[in-house]
Amino acid sequence: MANPKPEELIRINHVPPKQAWMDTRPDFRPGMFCYASKAKSLEYVGMPNPRQWSVKDEDWHLPENWQEIFIEGLRERVDKYRSFRLFLDICVRCGACADKCHFYIGGGDPKNMPVLRAELLRSVYRKYCTTSGRIMGKIAGARELTIDVLKEIWYYAYQCTECRRCSLFCPYGIDTAEITILARELLNLLGLNIDWIAGPVANCYRTGNHLGLQPHTIKDSFDMFIDDLETITGIKVSPTFNRKGAEILVVIPSGSMFADPGTFTTMGELLLFHELGLDYTWSTFASEGGDFGFFTTNEMAKRLHSKIYAEAKRLKVKWILGGECGHMWRVWHQYHNTWFGPVDYLEEPVSPITGTRFENAKSNKTVHITEFTADLIKNGKLNLDPKRNDNLIVTYHDSCNTSRGMGLLEEPRFIINNVCNNFYEMPENTIREQTFCCGSGSGLNASENMEQRLRGGLPRANAVRHVHKKYGVNMLACICAIDRAVLPPLMDYWVPGVAVTGVHEMVGNALIMKGERKRTTNLRGEPLPGMEGEEDV
Amino acid sequence: MGLLFSFFAVAILGVIAFVGVRSIHLHYFFGVIIPYLAFAVFIVGIAFRVLKWARVPVPFRIPTTAGQEKSFPWIKSSKIDNPFTSFGVIIRMALEVLVFRSLFRNTKMELRDGPQFTYGSTKWLWMAGLAFHWTFLVILTRHLRLFFEPVPFFVEILETLDGFFQVGAPVLYITDLIFLGAVTFLFLRRVIIPQVRYISLASDYFPLFLIGAIGTTGVLMRYFLKTDVVGIKELMMGLITFNPVIPAGIGTIFYIHLFLVSALFAYFPMSKLMHMAGVFMSPTRNLANNNRAALHANPWNYPVKAHTYEEYEEEFRDKMKSVGLPVEKE
Repeated sequence: MANPKPEELIRINHVPPKQAWMDTRPDFRPGMFCYASKAKSLEYVGMPNPRQWSVKDEDWHLPENWQEIFIEGLRERVDKYRSFRLFLDICVRCGACADKCHFYIGGGDPKNMPVLRAELLRSVYRKYCTTSGRIMGKIAGARELTIDVLKEIWYYAYQCTECRRCSLFCPYGIDTAEITILARELLNLLGLNIDWIAGPVANCYRTGNHLGLQPHTIKDSFDMFIDDLETITGIKVSPTFNRKGAEILVVIPSGSMFADPGTFTTMGELLLFHELGLDYTWSTFASEGGDFGFFTTNEMAKRLHSKIYAEAKRLKVKWILGGECGHMWRVWHQYHNTWFGPVDYLEEPVSPITGTRFENAKSNKTVHITEFTADLIKNGKLNLDPKRNDNLIVTYHDSCNTSRGMGLLEEPRFIINNVCNNFYEMPENTIREQTFCCGSGSGLNASENMEQRLRGGLPRANAVRHVHKKYGVNMLACICAIDRAVLPPLMDYWVPGVAVTGVHEMVGNALIMKGERKRTTNLRGEPLPGMEGEEDV
Repeated sequence: MGLLFSFFAVAILGVIAFVGVRSIHLHYFFGVIIPYLAFAVFIVGIAFRVLKWARVPVPFRIPTTAGQEKSFPWIKSSKIDNPFTSFGVIIRMALEVLVFRSLFRNTKMELRDGPQFTYGSTKWLWMAGLAFHWTFLVILTRHLRLFFEPVPFFVEILETLDGFFQVGAPVLYITDLIFLGAVTFLFLRRVIIPQVRYISLASDYFPLFLIGAIGTTGVLMRYFLKTDVVGIKELMMGLITFNPVIPAGIGTIFYIHLFLVSALFAYFPMSKLMHMAGVFMSPTRNLANNNRAALHANPWNYPVKAHTYEEYEEEFRDKMKSVGLPVEKE
């Protein structure tokens, strides 16, 4: 299906309709939603109600007692999550969150105002879980859970990327991500998932990664990286896999093993680890740092990530180094320790190169790769030539999860400033903790919902466009695998002429290695600045 | 619908008190029984709601981090907006509760030609919210004059400051003006801004009208209708010493005011006004961002069924061996 042209898409009406929101039904417009989950994906992991169904069909093939299941599930969860109950109770509808959501900004659908998206579920909560709602009904903002209401909750639960930008501005810290996470959990009780999430979840359970890469495929992928790196640098790196007794287990998002430009980030990491002589191993089993289970249920999230620590234990490593990925780090930083701790079979992470103790990771023993590399650079352990990245005019996109669910803001910037000479920030209300989502997070990076993604990504793209015009920015750096997958088409659509890179790709380019041959191309095989005539033939 | 419903609901409350006192002479009912009941509902209701929240576990540590994390000594971390310690959390919460830190960040999105989105700072909601809540608190505190003899020193200081401009007799309290202005602003933005109007429910208009009516009757009493303050104080002191009396000669307007206040007290625990207590319990604000350094326990954490390495190797052993990957079982 063809996407609307940018000049059509940008005509956005932010004024809500006359008709009250409770009286308007969702319009399932192609391009604005993802395909329904397949039976076999749900079956593989034993999730409820596996069946073939389609969003456009009238009948979603729900269990007979679907209402009861949903409401019981809701009651159970407001007793398990204080966040959930509190956030359903205390919103005053001040509207501060309204124009903070990228989907509302880029689409204008009033039900994408975080407050209203939450009200969709809140109204049901009032009806079935509060006395005033039960008695007063609509006047108390309560409504029956009808099939239309359920469909509406589904439609908008998959139009939120759990980016938490709204929660930053809420005077009570109400976090729509929390509402969406639990709404999706309730929907999953009825088998109402999307294919783009359910598929990767099933893959990940079986093969250890979302893409379903089997061990030999992963090995093949790395063999290609090794060949390419040898061509570019003259150095043959020799990574190990599933090796017992290594000091460090490295886990990255599987997207970076398979698809450009993420693969260049992995190649950069391979060069870095080789140059350091790091005693580390990859794992073909713990081959996914991300966790699409997090976009279904808490239980599924935990089931998928059990492998990380299990593998660290089996391989008897000391600690875990995690790659560039967004939601992976929300999970690793805010959930891992609670799920699996105390992790006393590992050791407090210490950089074997600098001796720095990673105090902030002493309990769950996972270090972010930009923390690791920033420490190396600060201690003068890397020989870098930023001029090799002189063809790049770089800006940096903070991914939602590492900024608002962690606070990893300076480390990547410190690295970027050391590996390239031209770095410009986007406007201040669009970066750091106020960063805008790529528009495709939380499992919404499918292709059938491209219009939704282009709209959701518009605020980010618009800020890039600003620095593209002002400073000639031609490279958008990020530390998230979903970003690297979805920002290139977003840029092509809104800001042609801007490419996307991981931070460690630039590190790999700038890194002067012992015994390397004179480099003429970067990791992408493009000529380095000043080497345009000297490509290998 | 919500707007009209709320308006008439508050109007009816006023009429009930007026008729009840003026025509049916239920002074004791409106002056003693209702306030006692309302206050009891207020206290018990809030306690009930807070305990209900408190009983629900906080399974995960999910602060919204609004600044740089604590990592290395050479990177300046944001100790308040992204607190690592309990002390940082206390400051963050204090700023949140006392000066509405998060709302202070508010921006306004505009789509301009270019096309270009801008997100300029906007402080109106923050200012009005702050003015509303703080003047409400000052006015409430000033009312303590009616409950204590002698009048507590801080109440007198507050009154002096509040009446600093010495305008009129009785002296005009600046907070009265700001309070009514802020309530009006909050109401107007709710009806004028299309998005806010769209999301507004009866439960958003009702407290605004109720609080507005309380403020208005209070102002009428103090500046225009001249009620018997000595009698009112006698009544209030009777109430708090559990020795209720109904002095003669207190104007009906006072009973209307008191009834509306009672309505607010009784309504409070079942309404969104509970944000007053809830804000303290918000897990995205009141937790330190130290998840990787300290274990946060989830009381209902339970073991889950996971795919084990053994199962994985079982399925892929041949493929693993074919590319030279080590295996546990040959």
